[in-house]
Amino acid sequence: MISLFMFLKTLISIILFGFIPLMVTAQDCSYSLSGTVMDYHSKDALIGATVSVIGSKKAVLSNLNGSYRLNGLCAGYIELEVFHPECPTLIIPLTIEGNQVYDIKLEHHLEELDEVKVVGNSIAEQTNSALEETLHLEELEIYSAGTIGDALKEITGVSSLNTGANIVKPAIHGLNGSRVLIMNDGVRMQDMEWGDEHAPNIDVNAAGSVSVVKGAAALQYGGDAIGGTIVVGPGRIPQIDSLYGKTMLTGSTNGRGGNLTSELTKSYKNGWFVKGQGSFKRLGDHKTPDYLLSNTGVKEAAASVQLGKHLFTSGWDVRYSFFNTELAVLRASHIGNVDDLIRAINSGEPQTIEPFTYDLENPRQKVTHHLAKLKYYNRFEGVGKWTAQYDFQRNRRFEYDIRRGEANNQASIDLLLTTHTFSTDFKWDAKEQFHLQFGLLGRYQENFPNPETEVRRLIPDYQKWDIGSFLLGEYRVNDALFLDAGVRYDFTNVEAQKFFQKTRWTERGYDTEFQDLIIRDTGSQYLVNPVFDFHNVTATVGGKYAVAQNGNIRFNYTLAQRAPNPSELFSDGLHHSAARIELGDLRMKSETSHKISASLENDYADWGWTVEPYANFIKDFIFLEPTGAEYTNRGAFPVWEYNQTDARLLGVDVMAFSNWTDQWSTEHQFSIVKGKDRVTDAPLIYMPPANFRNKLVFSKPTWKSFETSLESQYVFQQNEVPGNIAVFSPEQQQEVEVAINSAPEAYHVMAFTSKLEFPFHNGTKLTTSLSIHNLLNTSFRDYLNRQRYFADDLGRNITLQIKFNY
Amino acid sequence: MKTIKFLSLVATAAILVTSCSDDDDAGPEEINEEEVITTMKVTLSPQQGATITLQSQDLDGDGPDAPVITVSGNLAANTTYEGEIELLNETESPAEDITEEVEEEGLDHQFVFVSTGSIATVDYDDVDAGGNPVGLEFILTTGDAGDATLAITLRHEPTKPNDGTLSGAGGETDFAQTFPLIVE
Repeated sequence: MISLFMFLKTLISIILFGFIPLMVTAQDCSYSLSGTVMDYHSKDALIGATVSVIGSKKAVLSNLNGSYRLNGLCAGYIELEVFHPECPTLIIPLTIEGNQVYDIKLEHHLEELDEVKVVGNSIAEQTNSALEETLHLEELEIYSAGTIGDALKEITGVSSLNTGANIVKPAIHGLNGSRVLIMNDGVRMQDMEWGDEHAPNIDVNAAGSVSVVKGAAALQYGGDAIGGTIVVGPGRIPQIDSLYGKTMLTGSTNGRGGNLTSELTKSYKNGWFVKGQGSFKRLGDHKTPDYLLSNTGVKEAAASVQLGKHLFTSGWDVRYSFFNTELAVLRASHIGNVDDLIRAINSGEPQTIEPFTYDLENPRQKVTHHLAKLKYYNRFEGVGKWTAQYDFQRNRRFEYDIRRGEANNQASIDLLLTTHTFSTDFKWDAKEQFHLQFGLLGRYQENFPNPETEVRRLIPDYQKWDIGSFLLGEYRVNDALFLDAGVRYDFTNVEAQKFFQKTRWTERGYDTEFQDLIIRDTGSQYLVNPVFDFHNVTATVGGKYAVAQNGNIRFNYTLAQRAPNPSELFSDGLHHSAARIELGDLRMKSETSHKISASLENDYADWGWTVEPYANFIKDFIFLEPTGAEYTNRGAFPVWEYNQTDARLLGVDVMAFSNWTDQWSTEHQFSIVKGKDRVTDAPLIYMPPANFRNKLVFSKPTWKSFETSLESQYVFQQNEVPGNIAVFSPEQQQEVEVAINSAPEAYHVMAFTSKLEFPFHNGTKLTTSLSIHNLLNTSFRDYLNRQRYFADDLGRNITLQIKFNY
Repeated sequence: MKTIKFLSLVATAAILVTSCSDDDDAGPEEINEEEVITTMKVTLSPQQGATITLQSQDLDGDGPDAPVITVSGNLAANTTYEGEIELLNETESPAEDITEEVEEEGLDHQFVFVSTGSIATVDYDDVDAGGNPVGLEFILTTGDAGDATLAITLRHEPTKPNDGTLSGAGGETDFAQTFPLIVE
């Protein structure tokens, strides 16, 4: 028995250790693999794709019919590498068991790059025909300790409406707020963008790229972007086995603080990935060239995690991001009444200057934004791609004012905005020349103003429903001409519950029109239940034509409609932090914009230029303007009313660059916009003044990628402003003019940057950069800074940044 | 298929979490602002003769209606009056007395008196915990007969001590009213 067992054991050993290698060496290597290389969507044959077997020298090119044939393959597992110049490289695992036929489908559309397995910096354009510009990661990193609004001003035609240095609201072609739609990784930000002193709740460090569409043409995102759309994209995650990250430390002299940001990504070849990112910012009081801006510090913390599986054919991801900012508002900008305002304007310097501190005192804001997103997509071979997404946002805003006694610790504004959105779209891209995209959207939003503030609500309780649907098409007529067109319909229903003081109700004239909306009479106030429906249509049509090798002409017309936001409808009361009475109007209609834009672009070997003229005619344009004053026991307050008019905006953005030598180059940008109220023939308020920027760049890649630049920015005086208002001053016992609309003088500021990179052998890299803003420490005030009445703008700021990529 | 299952699970969880909100009460709560000073009553009492009261009342607070100013009579020429200020919030019932709050936070408050015409002097007659004037009590002396105005401003967080002028006091205005007066 034992010998038999031994025999069997030996036999098994021979089979296992002796015969198997024999079998391998004796395997048949005469098999062939053949098939066709084709486009995934259109099934068109792809010519000239290289098909090779990894680890061997076997490689062939696909022929005119797209077919390929590899001979002399051995049985067993192989990996094919397929390379085509217009497609991302594909690796296909296969088991050869005989002569086989295998068709290879390649992703051949450049605009489909979003899920594709390549690392690249080509960012898909949002539209073909509209004006569009993109900021890349390296440009965004410079603003690590700043705001996304600061970074966006690098783009020609983008300005900002500021409240000090911390609250920067982007404006595109002269329009801001609800007219600028912000898409954060596919999610439309719902962060109370209606207020002048509400900045976008986005951490600039979480963005991989930011594209700006100047106008409403990117209507897949929304129909009401009369100003434009800002598309914040996360960094691309490659489909390879990898673990990488970066840490960046930024220190600034102005504000004596900085920012620390870090991120880590783990990706797998099978499509899985997980990414985490966090940043923390802390700055104390900022300063002008001559004095400290007391109470202008900021404390900001943000984090995000992302998990998913992205394959070419299908994928999903979940993302959660958190953003918290607490920022102090210039102490001197908190004023009591119109006499305080007159005093502040006349004195020319802040009424309160205290020693430097990191403390954030009242007035201040504290905002928290939670965003969660769930997305799924599936690609149907030869048809197209279907995407579905749900997102949830919760925005809580506290605004603290200087109040008497214990109320000083109680917020004056306490709003909670909750939004649920479900969206889905299908992109039909089977035909190479013709693409169609159809989408649907449903959104529910709820606003809750907390009564514990014991201050009458500036924005009431409301519930809002949005339903939208769009159809977009693009047609490539030939290699030179692209056409695109789209149409969108949006329905909005808003139902509010709001208290009106009886005196205000009558003063607004609502007693004749809206008396039936009253549901309760409390003695001094009415509780009113307005319900409004808005039907809006957006349409766009345009084309792009390539002239010869180096030129492009684009033309676009977009019709867009925007429903009034809750602030424009319901604002009512004294806005303490601004010392003004803001009044909305229940009678607001949707505004309608007709925008025509064109772009002429020419890029030669060493220089290039772009000219982008545009005209925007807006019917029933909603704007906030000072109209007079109301008298209270605290004195007179300027009244700012939301009104509607017909407006016209004409503007042009010009860009040029020249590479003088291999090392020296220059960049030039100029933009101007003229806004006119066509009813009164007066200038529109808050139009950005003309702006001229010139930059000299020296770069020498062999010196540790050395790059340095000197930039000059000249901002003209805004010479077209609405007239000032006259108010009776109780203090002076006479009518006085309040220079509320006067624009500050022109100014010129310089900036310097330099950068060095130190790559290490293990694949890590250290980058150091130095930048100085307002190099000459120039005193200036900016028309689009709401604190211009009270203090100068920021003085010199030296920023040192160390970045470590690993 | 696995991913679809996972997605449906997450979606269900999301719906469950988000549907647990708590509204459906009887509409929003009414807010009556507590810090509003609707009414200022100034009592001017002479050694002899009639007591004069000045009142500024604005019942809708920050609403569109302007304050209503009433002066009970004319002041006598060359007379010394003891002045006393009372602040009320009459949007509440019973009316809230804000005078006490200002008195308690005397260090953070000060009235500034600016007069024109036939008022000779206005002097403080009280002090805060730091020994500086508050102005809830004051002495007003009239000059010869004629027209006059008396502007009374309550400043919050003023610079203390100061020279008794508005620009010297700084801070924010909590209350400001000007009374037209006749001295006879």
